[in-house]
Amino acid sequence: MDKQILALLKKIIGREGVLTTPEDLAVYSYDGTFERGCPDVVVLPCTTDQVSQVVRLAAQAHIPVVTRGMGSGLAGGSVPSLGGIVLALTRMNHILEIDRANATALVEAGIVTADLQTAVENLGLFYPPDPSSIQESTIGGNIACNAGGPRCLKYGVTGNYLLGLTVVLADGRALKAGNKCIKDVVGYDLLALFTGSEGTLGVITEAVLRLIAKPKFVRTALVEFPSLEDASRTVNAILTAGIVPAALELMDETAISCTEEAMHLGLPLDVEAILIIETDGSDEVFVLSEMETIADICRTQGARQVKVAKNELERSNLWEARRSVTAALARRTPNKLGEDITVPRSAIPEAIRRLKIISYKYGLPIVIFGHAGDGNLHPNILFDMRDPAQWAKVGEMVKEEFTTALELGGTLSGEHGVGTLKRPYMQQALGPLSIEIQKRIKQTLDPLNILNPGKVFPE
Amino acid sequence: MPAHILASQPTEEQYLNCIRCGLCLAVCPTYREDLSEITSPRGRVALARKGLEGELKISSNLIEQMYACFNCLACNAICPVGIRPADLALDMRTLQERIRPKTWKKVLFGGIFPKPERLELSTWPLCLYENLGMRRLFYSLGLRRLLPGRLRDMEAMLPRLPQRPLRQMLPEISQVNGDERYRVGFFLGCLQSLIFADESAAAVRVLARNGCTVVTPKETVCCGMPALGFGKSEQALQQARHNILLFEKADVEFILTDCATCGSTLKDYGKILAGDPVWAERAEAFSKKVRDISEFLMSIPLEKPKGSLEARVTYHDPCHLRRGQGVWEQPRALLRMIDGLEFVELDEADWCCGLAGTQLITHYETSLKVLKRKTDNLAATRAGYVASGCPACQMQLNVGVRRASLDMQVVHPIALLDRAYLSITFPAKTAGRCIHPNQEITKVTTTNKKEKRWTSRSSPYSKK
Repeated sequence: MDKQILALLKKIIGREGVLTTPEDLAVYSYDGTFERGCPDVVVLPCTTDQVSQVVRLAAQAHIPVVTRGMGSGLAGGSVPSLGGIVLALTRMNHILEIDRANATALVEAGIVTADLQTAVENLGLFYPPDPSSIQESTIGGNIACNAGGPRCLKYGVTGNYLLGLTVVLADGRALKAGNKCIKDVVGYDLLALFTGSEGTLGVITEAVLRLIAKPKFVRTALVEFPSLEDASRTVNAILTAGIVPAALELMDETAISCTEEAMHLGLPLDVEAILIIETDGSDEVFVLSEMETIADICRTQGARQVKVAKNELERSNLWEARRSVTAALARRTPNKLGEDITVPRSAIPEAIRRLKIISYKYGLPIVIFGHAGDGNLHPNILFDMRDPAQWAKVGEMVKEEFTTALELGGTLSGEHGVGTLKRPYMQQALGPLSIEIQKRIKQTLDPLNILNPGKVFPE
Repeated sequence: MPAHILASQPTEEQYLNCIRCGLCLAVCPTYREDLSEITSPRGRVALARKGLEGELKISSNLIEQMYACFNCLACNAICPVGIRPADLALDMRTLQERIRPKTWKKVLFGGIFPKPERLELSTWPLCLYENLGMRRLFYSLGLRRLLPGRLRDMEAMLPRLPQRPLRQMLPEISQVNGDERYRVGFFLGCLQSLIFADESAAAVRVLARNGCTVVTPKETVCCGMPALGFGKSEQALQQARHNILLFEKADVEFILTDCATCGSTLKDYGKILAGDPVWAERAEAFSKKVRDISEFLMSIPLEKPKGSLEARVTYHDPCHLRRGQGVWEQPRALLRMIDGLEFVELDEADWCCGLAGTQLITHYETSLKVLKRKTDNLAATRAGYVASGCPACQMQLNVGVRRASLDMQVVHPIALLDRAYLSITFPAKTAGRCIHPNQEITKVTTTNKKEKRWTSRSSPYSKK
């Protein structure tokens, strides 16, 4: 990196926030995938103004800018594939305001989602989106990927809770969009445009989030199914019975056994699948009776046992286990590729059947778990990247996974985003017209292509 | 504790399966303060891997990142994959010492730590400072405030120091009060002997009162953790062998310690010597006997104290007790046995206090930030005492309490139990002095007036 640029960056951020040692650069070369790309410099700004100045400088010098939160992404979105400046927003981690009267929170992009949730829950409020990476991801990253999570079945995804944004555009100007109002139809919905834009249209630095009242009562059950197929059919049986649980999660046997090895919670090791089902609300009787109805449906569909968590500890253990699944799978093999294909929920049993066939065909395990209630599955291929034969198979398998999702009327990604990993399949998923429109939007907002280049769109 | 200490360098399995999910960032005290990836466990694992695989040079900056780890074991505990980043950081320090050994470490860990009398000699100036009354003068004249901030914090670590190291005072065999039910060994740690002598004396008293004949071998040497922490694992292994031999001779059922760090290290002797054909079995047998004192006391029929202690008490979990040994319920249960004592749970009780052995000296700024988080939580409890079963934590908490001017005493839980047994509010007459386990103690219920003159908020002389 040019010495002059470094000097200017240090002038903007201060020496503390500009990192250039080989060791510092090396640890910003990855995210939660196996993608790699070494940055030329890492900056840790503390204010929107600093971000503006850095982006302006980058625009003048035509240097790529890759925005990053805690680097837990699962699509390679925050990996600086083409080098340049990594803009790590982790030090912008303040809650600027919690407005109890309007139930909104104004936060900086780098706040850890779990920290925000704790803060608002202490006030009796609730921020529902709960990606499994809730403790190691930031609001900025959640918005940039439109993150989901178990509770999104009932409460909706990150984008549904977004009321306002401060975004630094590719020329360094800061755009403020939205406000504290629930309704706003003046002009195009720019919030929606930046939601899920993966750092390619602007740098999100602040957000106004909608909060709701915290449900007073919650019940969580662990349901054991001797057959995976029964479990997958049960999902639809519950949802078509007119019940919307707060969460409806599926884990197959490998997911269960890896998690049990890691957590020692006494999960059943002799079943093909479990469902984790949660109901919540402000009326205890209603929550209890809903859980009973669900339990009845599960038993009719072939559940062996329905265990309702007896206390908050049991409940939080169950969720901690669920959040650990994705990492726990790495107990088996050095690498794993976790996708997040999503299908209309009626197609879940068929999707699972086809994924099993893909696994059988190539001889590599595909572990299946995910947010079955909203059709969002996480097929994880377990492999060892050092073996070229396995690596080649993984490529083929992913292709077939995506084809399956599209054939069933679904999509490539429900919550992880495109990043670098799903780029090759964008054309197939969206078609040329959609790609063309999106590329024009990108061209308008970032004519120099300095914001997270090499991501999302095919060449 | 590094499991591969005898291997020439960390093995591939220690890092290969890290998928960089980032969960460890959430619980890492250094990352949560600095918020830059290089201070995170995931970052350290990535650096170690790149260094070992030749992608990066094992530079001094790379090794410095391994020393920046507080070894609080939170990352080890949370990793769903079973990666142990804290262990890897220690192993990398060992590797560095093998490639480029430092002379001062050889002197310190080869010449001073394994020799109790030399260690005692090296802390002699501190004893003089306390026992010639200089320290009291310092506090009463407010001279402490004139010290530069860093030195003031170092000074604040110290409780009231004993006149002589406990090692010299404690008899080799402390007789049981009444019938002997257990014959136990007491591993007297360095800090306990030199600095927290009162507390270990109290521990021995409590044991004797509960049916234990307590054998305290005089020749025990440092458990080895400081040497391990500075990459001198060969020295640590030697110290381990020495201690094993000593306790074999003592012929005891259990080996007890009131220091969390010593305890976790002693319990790991079996693991770190597993590759040594001569010592593996003996080390394993030794480690199986080791118990933390609260762990042991709660496993035997413990006498309920007749005295009471009217105080609000909270508890800080030492990393090497909670995560290192899985002991966290016992000290709480023990405190709850005391009548009058109101136990209040500390928020983030198991979050590192920030000392991590020597980090207040080697990584002052980060250590203080971590400590600030702890003191904020402590302040919220409005407790009069914070108990913690680790002398190192106690030293750091002393600093925190004084920096934040909290009206709070830092104590070992066993010391509180001892006070409840003796029905005294504070062992005023015996403070700073060792008491023979069988010595009759006169009941002191009010604070000594003469002592009170020196009392100032958050000084080592303040009394409850």
